Amino acid sequence: MSGKGKFGEFGGTFVSEILEASRAELEEGFFRLKKNKKFKKELAELLEKYGGRPTPLTYAENLSKKFGCKIYLKREDLLHSGAHKLNNCLGQALIAKYLGKKKLIAETGAGQHGVATAVVGAKLGLDVDVYMGKTDAERQKPNVFRMELCGAKVKIVESGSMTLKDAINEALRDWTATSKNTHYLLGSVLGPHPYPLMVAHFQSVIGKEAKKQIIKEEGRFPKAVIACVGGGSNAIGIFRQFLPEKNVELIGVEAAGLGISTGKHASRFSDKKLGRKGAMHGCFTYILQDKFGQIINTHSVAAGLDYCAVGPEHSMLRDLGRIKYAYATDKEALKAFQILSKEEGIIPALESAHAIAYALKYAKKCSPKDIILINLSGRGDKDLEMVMKEIRCKK
Amino acid sequence: MNRYEKKFLELKMKKEKAFVSFVVLGDPDYKTSIEIIKTIVKTGTDILELGIPFSDPIADGKTIQKAHQRALKKRMNTEKAFKLIKEIRKFTGIPIGLLVYFNNVYAYGINNFYRKAKKAGVDSVLITDLSLEESPPVIKAAKEYCLNQIFLVSQTTPIKRIKKINKLCSGFIYLVAIEGVTGTRKELQKETLKLIEKVKANTNLPLCIGFGISKPQQFRKLTETDIDGVIIGSKIVSMIEKNLNCKKTMMTEISFFTEKMKKCSKRFKNNTTHNNIRR
Repeated sequence: MSGKGKFGEFGGTFVSEILEASRAELEEGFFRLKKNKKFKKELAELLEKYGGRPTPLTYAENLSKKFGCKIYLKREDLLHSGAHKLNNCLGQALIAKYLGKKKLIAETGAGQHGVATAVVGAKLGLDVDVYMGKTDAERQKPNVFRMELCGAKVKIVESGSMTLKDAINEALRDWTATSKNTHYLLGSVLGPHPYPLMVAHFQSVIGKEAKKQIIKEEGRFPKAVIACVGGGSNAIGIFRQFLPEKNVELIGVEAAGLGISTGKHASRFSDKKLGRKGAMHGCFTYILQDKFGQIINTHSVAAGLDYCAVGPEHSMLRDLGRIKYAYATDKEALKAFQILSKEEGIIPALESAHAIAYALKYAKKCSPKDIILINLSGRGDKDLEMVMKEIRCKK
Repeated sequence: MNRYEKKFLELKMKKEKAFVSFVVLGDPDYKTSIEIIKTIVKTGTDILELGIPFSDPIADGKTIQKAHQRALKKRMNTEKAFKLIKEIRKFTGIPIGLLVYFNNVYAYGINNFYRKAKKAGVDSVLITDLSLEESPPVIKAAKEYCLNQIFLVSQTTPIKRIKKINKLCSGFIYLVAIEGVTGTRKELQKETLKLIEKVKANTNLPLCIGFGISKPQQFRKLTETDIDGVIIGSKIVSMIEKNLNCKKTMMTEISFFTEKMKKCSKRFKNNTTHNNIRR
């Protein structure tokens, strides 16, 4: 494949001509502003004084004892608005402001990106519309209310599977009609160029901090860095800095839903039959689809991982063998959710719980000196109602 | 001369604009879809634009989204779409264009897709979400199987880019009348008329315009411009949706509408001829 914004054969600009001018405007704006001193200073200040960066690196002592190795958590759950999403939202909203846009539109699955967009919109004085699938809005009610409190309009999407994929469809349709005054604040390392690069750029602050912090604590790199992968922005955010360290194993954890063999999951890499190359939402990447290219409805207990495609940079790094991709089922994630809460007093987002679940499996192969670094991408307040139901059901 | 060249020449001689109808293949089901297309052809459409249903048609508004869903529910797929086109070819020789999304083409194999399309009797392919930059492998396949590759031009397309598109495009250029997705709109925008002028100045290819056009008065206004054809989709598709329970009414409504639209296409004033049509 030819074209710009490529990660090997992946990525690119699979957008209709109607969107091309806005895409090109954003591309120009991003590459200009990311070097602009004033922009950089403003963003750094917002990240520190509004967002609460740097986020701490926490040694999970009890968990480490129990599982027989050293487990560290990068605490993106402590970032303002409760997840890593804010890093990207502040960056993009600031770009939008510099480009003279009056309004932000965003999609959201778990609601974390929607909330982050809503708070940033409130802070920077931009109108916000958030598209959210009906299924997701029902399972993440507190986040819907949070967005509304911050002045955002939540637009419920009732087409297709009524989850993240359909929310992105609607946001893209909106942007097609309104791009003159509107910035589409895409929440993950997906979409047409420059989005995958731009979102990774803003999220790479996670890895930059984590790398310094682990060296300060331990004087060496971890054996493995583990993060959950929906679109894959928190994972790219922490992985990127460790890519040159060949001895550090990088592991992305996809949602296996009810199990890979059931077909009800969101594992683009682990399902060899349904996860195939194609173009979706503006980029060429691995997508869950049937043999005629129709997108398959995904399933995960974690709304933020419940998505058919994965960021193109992940696709490239997977094919290159630099990042390994594993998975955790709904059940395993729910169990990890409870373990981390009980052992460390940290309630993780169900998305992040997938990373914990796999890390605990991985820990069994480790020696007591081995270090595992987990990106705790978000906190679990939004999931309480749902987890409560699941636990009570079992009892 | 290919079917498009022939058609546009023939229309020019008759002093008519092309009336292009769009429907989704297999909407609401395989059999009815053939009947609908037969009706449209009989009442005088000049060119057919046919969609292959996709699960996530992001350039389409609600009306056409639902058409994609209806067709998919009846298990329409690329294979059956080509079969359906073969059936259409049995009763008409007018140009047939495909309007598709890239993932369907890629999943089928780009070369395989173009080969089968040609064999089925297709004349052109337009891939909605394929940018100029990503088009080389597709252009190569189109050339190999002698199919016209159509590209979109929108109000926001810069002139430099229009010139590039002009080089790669053949058959006709598809102008997007509005900023936004497909669906009916009340008025023609001033910008639409400007767009026609801008593109006309940079190409010798015929221009067809679509997105948001549904009314006779919009069509008539367009016939006064340099446009060569008008594409109407959502309005026809909405008649399918409205009459799912009664095929007879569906066909009557569609034929009444397409007949009316074809009449609009005959009103155009050709400045270069002596016998101007009185208006």
